Amino acid sequence: MKDTTLRINGEERKLSADTRTTLLDALRNHLGLTGSKKGCDHGQCGACTVMVNGRRINSCLTLACMHDGDEITTVEGLGQPGNLSPLQAAFVKHDGFQCGYCTPGQICSATAMLQEVKDNWPSNVSESLTGEAELTPEEISERMSGNLCRCAAYPNIVNAIREAAEASS
Amino acid sequence: MRPFDYHRSENAGDAVKAAAGDGALFIAGGTNLLDLMKLDLMTPSRLVDINRIGLNDVTQTEEGGLSIGALVTNSDCAADARIRKDYEVLSRAILAGASGQLRNKATTGGNLCQRTRCYYFYDPDMACNKRKPGSGCSAIGGANRIHAILGASDECIATYPGDMAVAMSALDAEVVIEGEGGETRTIPVRDFHRLPGDRPDQDNILEPGELITHVTLPAPAKGRHIYRKVRDRASYAFALVSVAAIVEMDAGRIASASLAFGGLAHKPWHDPAIEDLLTGEAPSEALFDKAADILLADAKGQGQNDFKIPLARRTLKAVLREATGERS
Ligand SMILES: Cc1cc2nc3c(=O)[nH]c(=O)nc-3n(C[C@H](O)[C@H](O)[C@H](O)COP(=O)(O)OP(=O)(O)OC[C@H]3O[C@@H](n4cnc5c(N)ncnc54)[C@H](O)[C@@H]3O)c2cc1C
Ligand code: SF4
Ligand code: FES
Ligand code: FES
Repeated sequence: MKDTTLRINGEERKLSADTRTTLLDALRNHLGLTGSKKGCDHGQCGACTVMVNGRRINSCLTLACMHDGDEITTVEGLGQPGNLSPLQAAFVKHDGFQCGYCTPGQICSATAMLQEVKDNWPSNVSESLTGEAELTPEEISERMSGNLCRCAAYPNIVNAIREAAEASS
Repeated sequence: MRPFDYHRSENAGDAVKAAAGDGALFIAGGTNLLDLMKLDLMTPSRLVDINRIGLNDVTQTEEGGLSIGALVTNSDCAADARIRKDYEVLSRAILAGASGQLRNKATTGGNLCQRTRCYYFYDPDMACNKRKPGSGCSAIGGANRIHAILGASDECIATYPGDMAVAMSALDAEVVIEGEGGETRTIPVRDFHRLPGDRPDQDNILEPGELITHVTLPAPAKGRHIYRKVRDRASYAFALVSVAAIVEMDAGRIASASLAFGGLAHKPWHDPAIEDLLTGEAPSEALFDKAADILLADAKGQGQNDFKIPLARRTLKAVLREATGERS
């Protein structure tokens, strides 16, 4: 057992759990935050994506005890019914989901991804590594490739992200 | 997952001390180790968390190169302004690997040590000499589409799956390693990974408990930097074949060439004979074919991966054409 303090969605949460507990299982099974989903449990689908200290990661491939003192943001922290984040609203408007299972991961991932673009991080499809990062549909698909959607809502996901990006720039 | 004792280190000296003794492993990003621990394929009795030991900067070296700390994430490395400008092949290779989420966690040291993606290595019910020495190799005569065509042995035909190290091999980078007593040694990346031989359980030359502290890049190599990765889908997939190339042209001739290959062997493949052939020559299809002849002289398919032999030839030629052609 190990005591860990996490700051989740701005709130301090104490956790006492086996060292084997992943951050994903801690969120879902110990802390009652079931927004983050478990798809594969092996880093292959992105359903478990959360932000740690502002960066998106797969919460299934990290241990909760490794994050003592870290700032965690889950989909619950981005917005709530009646108070949706711009990306959440854009997903609703563009039908960026069908079953919805991948959606929390998609939205956490896209939220952090838009910041990566603002920070001018390049991607595998960026023509030049030294120019300005541009958010073309091809760039969105590449930068979001860590989030699979079994319902293949991809075109609408890309449209939702495009709109949210344009609104914020 | 088996229970383990968890220890968080605050500095490298403490980490190597904490990792001395049987059954201890470092955990960095955890993206490979936890994947394997969940399947009981790796069963450390102690995890030494090195995420807070520092070593997360990229700094200038006296020789005009860069020193990349072992805990620098793949994302930070690929986005570093100096690496994007002067070591483009490295940024490109990292960006071609995994996903945005994984690169945010994956570290320079952990990436070098990532284990093979051989299907049988991942299946505890199947014989695998890498996982269980002496049990046999299920991939020989089995499903081996992703396996090695160069440098394999009768005991193991697995490949090293990573991208970053292929670019580091082309760049002739060095790995700095710290031992239990704080002593350090430096090994060229090209000698860091091993061929399987009769010890396929050993992926690389690290001794138990040794810590990678840095990867050192030499002064920037002039010329065109290319990383070409061929895979089953356009993103978020491992390489079937990859080529890292740094080629400098002078008056229509190849002034220098540095090449390394991924997906072909148990280590990033580097063959100086190819570079010797190309240096001083004017680019031509015949020359590129000769380069591929050298690369593939000892290539051996295993059945399902036979396609890698012509694919490696075509990928190398395409990269050389691009590297020596007019800039678009
Ligand atoms: C779905 C998926 C897709 C992927 N696709 C790609 C891809 O296309 N290309 C690619 O290159 N990679 C890919 N990867 C692999 C990924 O790049 C590696 O998992 C990652 O780089 C490992 O780094 P880490 O810091 O998480 O290592 P960890 O998991 O923390 O550690 C891995 C190993 O290295 C050891 N170690 C870590 N740091 C040190 C150190 N400083 N000194 C000594 N030993 C150390 C650990 O003890 C452990 O044995 C993929 C992974 C997943 C899950
Ligand atoms: S190729 Fe190597 S890793 Fe794969 S089954 Fe054979 S021994 Fe194991
Ligand atoms: S559940 Fe974490 S990536 Fe699939
Ligand atoms: S909406 Fe069903 S998996 Fe994406």
